[in-house]
Amino acid sequence: MNDRSSDAIGPQAAPSHDLIACPQCDWLHDVGDVPTGTRARCVRCRTVLLAPRRGAAATIVALATGALILMVVAVSFPFLDIAAGGLRSSASVMDAALSFALASGRMAPLSVIVLALIVVLPVARLCGLIYALGPLALGRRARPYAAQAFRISMRLRPWAMAEIFIIGVAVALVKVSSLAAVGFGPAFWAFVGLVILVAAKDTILCERSLWRALDRAA
Amino acid sequence: MNAGAAHGTVAGRTARSAGLVGCLHCGLLAPMGETDCLRCGARLESRFRNSRQRVWAWWLAGLIVYVPANLYPMMITDTLLATYSSTIIGGAMDLVTHGDVFVGLIVLIASVMIPVGKFLAIAWVMIATRKLRPGGAHRLHRMYEVVEFIGRWSMIDVFVVAILAALVHLGSVAGIFPGLAAICFGASVIFTMLAALSLDPRMIWDAADPNAQDPSA
Ligand SMILES: [Zn+2]
Ligand SMILES: [Zn+2]
Repeated sequence: MNDRSSDAIGPQAAPSHDLIACPQCDWLHDVGDVPTGTRARCVRCRTVLLAPRRGAAATIVALATGALILMVVAVSFPFLDIAAGGLRSSASVMDAALSFALASGRMAPLSVIVLALIVVLPVARLCGLIYALGPLALGRRARPYAAQAFRISMRLRPWAMAEIFIIGVAVALVKVSSLAAVGFGPAFWAFVGLVILVAAKDTILCERSLWRALDRAA
Repeated sequence: MNAGAAHGTVAGRTARSAGLVGCLHCGLLAPMGETDCLRCGARLESRFRNSRQRVWAWWLAGLIVYVPANLYPMMITDTLLATYSSTIIGGAMDLVTHGDVFVGLIVLIASVMIPVGKFLAIAWVMIATRKLRPGGAHRLHRMYEVVEFIGRWSMIDVFVVAILAALVHLGSVAGIFPGLAAICFGASVIFTMLAALSLDPRMIWDAADPNAQDPSA
């Protein structure tokens, strides 16, 4: 959000915008424009410093929007159902999150955490990315607070666990398959699709390249 | 690919030794002493403040709740014939012996090997960085990266219990209920994730760098 032409902070000249410190080992690199499709790695620890992609912002916004729509489907439709001995039982994603609280008041905090990890934080991340990168994708100027939205989205990354939830569901299905016949609701397929879109988005998302792009659009 | 790697005049040293502090999020540099990144607003710290104390505190908290996580039942299964409660290890062993060996092994890896390995790996990194020979940073850093990447996957077990407890309500035929171990195990995963996030990887490289001096020390 700052002015690229500002040349001095106090007595010391501001370091060049081409200069990057490796976030893992603090080694300084003078990295100018990296051609799209290539990667600049830290010479000391091999961490990827920049991996810009052509049209990254547009692709990320498209994938995030798709994932957000699928999340709405995933929380509002039946997720799984089972049948055995003439009895049926079904569960939604919300039921799964709330199952601890329903079993015992002492475990209510775990329900809050599970709801945050599989629904609230993934949604917050997707919204933040769409808000911050949307104008970039359209070639417009950055929105107010775009930097904050993007920063919070990236900070939430380890805590958004939709992909771990779907693996947990797969394990649960193996456990329950000997007990009952399992049926898949629309929410199940929506959730699988959402995980694939999120994974695709995260593989092309290079945080530092996008900060440079946001900077230019400010 | 090593596109556009070091070729500048200030490159070839650490930001700290150049009197600069690098933003961990956007990569922008600022003069040492600046507190907030001009570009992204993140807090700037040349090295995490009290990193060691915070890592050990979260590590210990995670270890403490990991004990009841293994003693209490993770899941209670009610069937027509019996009520059966299983611990984390018991549930995984059941899958291996009676159900699917492959899935059982995944659960065993996610809920036993990863948590235990994580405690050992974090402790190892913390102890090894007290005295590290030059060139010893690569392997230690790799270990830290693996811990940081893989730690969150332990949460699988909590999600398995969540979905089973929500789904299996077949009257008197079968019912599944979560046990107290679930909340202990969930807390343990979160605490060890916080321990890994409090660990400053730059500390590993400083420990192996004979030229690195902490200006604040
Ligand atoms: Zn590095
Ligand atoms: Zn920054």
